[in-house]
Amino acid sequence: MAELTFKDIIKPENLAYTKSKLMTDNVMHYCPGCGHGTAHQVLAEVLEEENLQSKTIGITPVGCSVLMYNYIDIDFQEAAHGRAPALATAVKRLMPDKFVFTYQGDGDLAAIGTAETIHTCNRGENILILFINNGIYGMTGGQMAPTTLEGMKSSTSPYGRNVSTMGSPIKMANIVAMLPGTCYVTRQSVNTALGARKLKRAIKKAVQYQNEKRGTCFIEVVSNCPSGWKMTPVESNKWMEENMFPFYPLGDIKVPEEK
Amino acid sequence: MEKELRLMKGNEAIAEAAIRAGADGYFGYPITPQSEILEYLMEANPQVTTGMVVLQAESEVAAINMVYGGAACGKKVMTSSSSPGISLKQEGITYIAGAELPCLIVNVVRGGPGLGTIQPAQSDYFQATKGGGHGDYHLIVLAPSSVQEMADFVEMAFDLAFKYRNPAMILSDGAIGQMMEKVWLKPQKKRSEEILPWATTGKPATREHNIITSLDLDPERQEKFNQKLIAKYREIEEHEVRYEEFMTEDAEYLFVAYGTSSRICQKALQLARAEGIKAGLLRPITLFPYPKKRLNELADTVKGMLAVEMSAGQMVEDVMLSVNGKTRVGHYGRMGGMIPTPEEVVDNLKTFIKG
Repeated sequence: MAELTFKDIIKPENLAYTKSKLMTDNVMHYCPGCGHGTAHQVLAEVLEEENLQSKTIGITPVGCSVLMYNYIDIDFQEAAHGRAPALATAVKRLMPDKFVFTYQGDGDLAAIGTAETIHTCNRGENILILFINNGIYGMTGGQMAPTTLEGMKSSTSPYGRNVSTMGSPIKMANIVAMLPGTCYVTRQSVNTALGARKLKRAIKKAVQYQNEKRGTCFIEVVSNCPSGWKMTPVESNKWMEENMFPFYPLGDIKVPEEK
Repeated sequence: MEKELRLMKGNEAIAEAAIRAGADGYFGYPITPQSEILEYLMEANPQVTTGMVVLQAESEVAAINMVYGGAACGKKVMTSSSSPGISLKQEGITYIAGAELPCLIVNVVRGGPGLGTIQPAQSDYFQATKGGGHGDYHLIVLAPSSVQEMADFVEMAFDLAFKYRNPAMILSDGAIGQMMEKVWLKPQKKRSEEILPWATTGKPATREHNIITSLDLDPERQEKFNQKLIAKYREIEEHEVRYEEFMTEDAEYLFVAYGTSSRICQKALQLARAEGIKAGLLRPITLFPYPKKRLNELADTVKGMLAVEMSAGQMVEDVMLSVNGKTRVGHYGRMGGMIPTPEEVVDNLKTFIKG
């Protein structure tokens, strides 16, 4: 069999996955091997398939995904660090028929924005919170995050996270699952095709629950940070599977009763 | 609701005026001396009458960021607080200014710094008029001196905010917030259903996606944006200065005072005139933009200006900048929740006259 050229590979019939029509042509600033690009693509696929472009308002955080608004062709608001759920609360209350989501990292959601996260979930705002947990501050250059694992090295825990002085990694999904306001809490990943498909199914459920006004949907994506972790993409995925997944196990934490 | 005369607290008047002005949302957090605004709105429950959203947030920080989110949808949204709470809101306010969004922020000022007191003060003037948060920006700042103006300035502030896509602030104080006066309330206005072209309301096929942000990592573009903001502030200074004058025609000495202090000065100038001192008063209604030109003109005809404020001396700096050395400028202030009497203001005017 003749070897496929690039021209052949990009022919529609040879592609297993295609770029969502809602993804723009802007070149992403994410590092090679980073999970953000896949998470964006999966989200865009759902918005496209559910015909939500004209109904969606996304809220971006401060962190690596601060420029997410350049990559998906929907209306976006750029929040201050940690405040995305407050913006989303107002957007949804003022325009209840829109689809509203926040996209936040671990520093944004679990450190500086903890109060907004907890209280938005506690009020049961009908929004989706997409939480990308890679256990590090990526944008600022690899500092310790609230979700950094015990013993894990970062630029501000150079000898490893010492839980007796730096606190223990925080499991936000489990915390918000305890609140009556959340209807659907799940932990997913994007490091494999299977993981990405499961995330897509989870986001589709969140769309359905938001339409049904069931409460807050909280989807955590356990992801990697090759640059912050100082690993190759392949190493970082292996390290994530061996260290992050045992502490942040994948799967549903809270699911609503089907109507 | 029709036009109506009621006896109300200043705080209640703000709340009722917001409903009647067709506001879309209020987001607040309790703090003395302005909690009546949130309480009044919760009891009035406008969600069922006009559809206005009223929400008690988990913090002042969350409340101002709810205002950011609502304003980014082109909605008429507001928050209120008092000094320590306004400090907390500064992060959100600078983002709102940077994203060029219209909204209303009410500050019912109390004494500071820190937790300070719960009594009235005017010690947040710098914070309100010079920016408050980080970065180069200004709010449009209105200073009511009566319960009637508390009500009237709500709609005026919203109109100015939307005209210039800029946050507006009503800078009141605990005295005007808590005192009761009769107030004419305007008839109920319908909430706007207009979809603003820049607002994030969901991207239709007919336009590009709207992005509300205050971020631009390119310094050249960011500087251009800063210049655009400055041009907007100059335009506001050109067109939106508001002030009121009392007996300035023949005045030899001019009180300059806003809000509660201006009411005390109205009495003080009568007392001074009774003693043969030709006193006048200029009351700035807009604190940004400040009535610089008018003060500069008056500097040609008066022998001196005395700024009277419930602060250590903040607005007096704008008086000095306005007159630019043309006339003598003095300051008299009380602090920490103390309100000056007209008599002590006159005594201080006499001391000022002596030089």
